[in-house]
Amino acid sequence: MPVTIRIPTQLRNLSGNAPEVEVEGSTVAEVLKALEARHPGFGERLFDEGGGLRRFVNVFVADEDIRFLQGLDTPVDDGTVVSVVPAVAGG
Amino acid sequence: MTQVQGPPFVTGLRCRECGREYAADPIYTCEWCFGPLEVAYDYDAIAATVSRDRIEAGPLSLWRYEDLLPVRADPAVDLGTGFTPLVRADRLAAELGLGEVWIKNDTRNPTNSFKDRVVSVALSKALAFGFKVAACASTGNLANSVAAHAAHAGLRSYVFIPANLEQGKVVTTAVYGGNVVAIEGNYDDVNRLCAELAGVYEWAFVNVNMRPYYAEGSKTLAFETAEQLGWQVPDHVVVPVASGSLLTKIQKGFQELHRVGLLDEVPQVRVSGAQAAGCAPVATAFAEGSDTIRPVKPDTIAKSLAIGNPADGYFALDVVRSSGGGLAAVTDDEVVEGMRLLARTEGIFAETAGGVTVATLARLAAQGVVRPDERVVVYVTGHGLKTLEAVAGVCGPTATIPATLDAFHAAFEIEEH
Repeated sequence: MPVTIRIPTQLRNLSGNAPEVEVEGSTVAEVLKALEARHPGFGERLFDEGGGLRRFVNVFVADEDIRFLQGLDTPVDDGTVVSVVPAVAGG
Repeated sequence: MTQVQGPPFVTGLRCRECGREYAADPIYTCEWCFGPLEVAYDYDAIAATVSRDRIEAGPLSLWRYEDLLPVRADPAVDLGTGFTPLVRADRLAAELGLGEVWIKNDTRNPTNSFKDRVVSVALSKALAFGFKVAACASTGNLANSVAAHAAHAGLRSYVFIPANLEQGKVVTTAVYGGNVVAIEGNYDDVNRLCAELAGVYEWAFVNVNMRPYYAEGSKTLAFETAEQLGWQVPDHVVVPVASGSLLTKIQKGFQELHRVGLLDEVPQVRVSGAQAAGCAPVATAFAEGSDTIRPVKPDTIAKSLAIGNPADGYFALDVVRSSGGGLAAVTDDEVVEGMRLLARTEGIFAETAGGVTVATLARLAAQGVVRPDERVVVYVTGHGLKTLEAVAGVCGPTATIPATLDAFHAAFEIEEH
């Protein structure tokens, strides 16, 4: 069973307007790499030149911010939902 | 760039992170790097129009600064927000060993917090865009304000709050009749949900898709401060930090006044930030000299500042560092003491966020960061009646006695009659 990635509206032009994309992978880094392979263009939008997530990109695994987990190395089980959410809201 | 509707001085939106430009639409993040979008103005056109006289002839509200806002004052969603008192606080200053201290008392807004400024601007813009529903993610004060302004404007509203908010903030939101959605989680959970909902529903989420316009409302705190000081800026300001937007925009406000010719000299305002120790991601980065702001799980009585993942934290940190200010993280006990100190010395009852700010002033004064030779303005952004729980345990009757003279004399030994 694959992992579901929720795509924010700002990036849906890269996923053919699909709000969700299903990919395979066992860590956050792997599923985001698989997302880039499926829909080229995601990588440069999510990652900076140093290979880290851009500072205004937040990623959640099962609704928990990966910065509270193991970052890009956070394991993801089959059936898990990974959400990509812009950081710039609230306050 | 296209323009939906608005004053002639808005040229569009610009990404603070990478500089890409966008039309002045209801959008809030850069499609390229996810950085926050900010309203861009034609400052030369503003400078050619605005003047001290023109402002002073305007309404006694934030709308007197229309020329520096992203939406017209007519028609505005206006409950009479702004132009709140700037109060000289000599007794507080004396307690803390400081010189000239002023309190910007923003408890005196229609729903008793500074959030009325940002909401008045955001919902005025929302009407211009044609939205029918107002929404927000809130730690309480914003919920109050959105519900009230939506009621006034005839908009439906959905406000999202953490389920553990103070009763006062829930009641003073629900009374306006909109939908109040209590989320089983903290503010950052509420915020994430709203960012996702904003992609589903075509609503005016004031601090999501309307955020570039909303945030501009905070500049009026700087505009008023300068005008009330006789078109001068303070040497040092102390500002509470939740998302970091308020602090950033106060600094921007002072800079803009100079840019459009309303201040004679380049403002040199030191900007200090106030956080509670139970939610201090920006103060922690400052103390560690770090450029990375790590999110935290908030645990503080200062719920209106309990944002563990501050959207504008990086920009607030930059402003504090570049202006030579400081940041403190004060304990909940200091917060309560700060609330009592302000009430006892100046007769102003602030909510917990005000306690954080006053306690930070005390801390920074003791450290010598805020100095006695400085003219200091402290931003008190919400009313104490909203967070009665914080002081209910330590404030009560001095004595409870029968209605007799003897009982009074027994309870109080008063020598002067």
